[in-house]
Amino acid sequence: MVKLTIDGVEVQVAEGTTILNAARQIGGDLVPPAMCYYTSLKETGGKCRVCLVKVAQTSTKDPRPMPKLVASCRTNVMDGMVVHNITSPEVLEARKGVVEFLLINHPLDCPICDQAGECDLQNLAYEHGAAGTRYEEDRRTFEKIDIGDKIKLHMTRCILCYRCTFVADQLTNDRVHGVLNRGDKSEISTYIQKAIDNDYSGNMIDVCPVGALTDNTFRFKSRVWFTKPLDAHRNCEKCCGKVVLFMKGDEVLRVSARKDQYGEVREFICNECRYGHKKLSDWNVEGPRHIDRNSVISQNHYEQIDLTKLKKEIDRQIDFEKGKPLPQANPPLLT
Amino acid sequence: MLTNRSKLVVKKDMTFWERIYLPAILSGISITIKHLFRKSATVRYPEKKREISAIWRGQHVLKRDENGAERCTACGLCAVACPAEAITMVAAERKKGEEALYREEKYAASYEINMLRCIFCGLCEEACPKEAIFLTDRIVSTDYGRGQFIYDKSKLVEPVDKRIDVSKRQTSAVLEFKKLKYFSHNK
Repeated sequence: MVKLTIDGVEVQVAEGTTILNAARQIGGDLVPPAMCYYTSLKETGGKCRVCLVKVAQTSTKDPRPMPKLVASCRTNVMDGMVVHNITSPEVLEARKGVVEFLLINHPLDCPICDQAGECDLQNLAYEHGAAGTRYEEDRRTFEKIDIGDKIKLHMTRCILCYRCTFVADQLTNDRVHGVLNRGDKSEISTYIQKAIDNDYSGNMIDVCPVGALTDNTFRFKSRVWFTKPLDAHRNCEKCCGKVVLFMKGDEVLRVSARKDQYGEVREFICNECRYGHKKLSDWNVEGPRHIDRNSVISQNHYEQIDLTKLKKEIDRQIDFEKGKPLPQANPPLLT
Repeated sequence: MLTNRSKLVVKKDMTFWERIYLPAILSGISITIKHLFRKSATVRYPEKKREISAIWRGQHVLKRDENGAERCTACGLCAVACPAEAITMVAAERKKGEEALYREEKYAASYEINMLRCIFCGLCEEACPKEAIFLTDRIVSTDYGRGQFIYDKSKLVEPVDKRIDVSKRQTSAVLEFKKLKYFSHNK
């Protein structure tokens, strides 16, 4: 076990854990955001740079700070490490810059995009970015591509997190999906429009943090906040069968895998569950899905309140309103 | 006693003057006649219309852009902002050749406002990212049935040849704000 301090909070984690995962073990506001890191996909992370943190002390043995901000999803913890995330203005400033960079080529077509309302980039920009832009040049544009008949690729919206290529690599047998070209010419490619008919290819939609890969069967059907998400399952031979149904009336508009609080799917679902069962009678409904109160999807959705949780949240808000300082990080031992 | 304003009722016989009712009738008529010579509190709508405020919030309009294409892209922000849940819409994808009809690649195939539900708060107008919906100085007309108050696109979208002026709705502060280069990406 290794002991480290993140934003003044001490935590003990197993050796080989990344800073990001150590922060997630603490939870709360000090967890760095992540656009490309994905727990259930190997080798992801290190591309989007939004999880940058400051390491004020590398370890007990080597008390020097790390020279630059590091990507917390790719940096392993060391004993006695002191990490600053939201307590460091430098990190917040850098993150704001990263968000601005991510938005340089991102079209602001959220009113059209099907991902709006459940988009990681939208949330990230709302929390960390500036409202305006300083970019004056034309944004790069691409033609829309159909990957198979079920997935639509809007390359224009892509932020090159590479998650979908890892899905293609790790969940499917053939590599039919990769990134071509370099720099701002980079492009998710389907290897000459080869249709993806692998059983798990639909998960590319779920892992995409933006609206670059969207469900063609859900295209423009409804805004996500007009749907009622239900937890449901069915006996599936290929996958776990645990899904979320996005309902409108009695109609199943879309089926997706269940995402955890960090927007990551832990149990991937097969294409048959995703596209093949659009009738409510095919599913065993468990109940309405819990939607975070910060999400626009929770608009006009009602659920039973957990009073203890609500009290905690109210206390937190009151503390925040009072301007209570966040826990101070330990001062470095040597300067 | 719950209140100090309660009155004890005593039932006693009326006097002669009270029984003939004449003084009461005469005092009533005098009040009526007095009102005949006073300035009336009402106006004779619709022949005469009262002056309304510059920021009056009346019947909605769905604007078209300079080329006559519908601005609304069915993003649903008006509906989610609506406290009365009066707005419903169905989106559709624009087909090739319809570029002159709809400005964006998605448009509202149906857009309905229930005018009985609407409280004319103007939040839809505020939420709209495309400057498509505005509340105008028109008054929603009356009707005998409830069904007629569900306004669809035929009543909401402005006719190409008969544009509805909403320039009053955009105050100078708003127009000044829109000039900021920082927000040019919102166009």
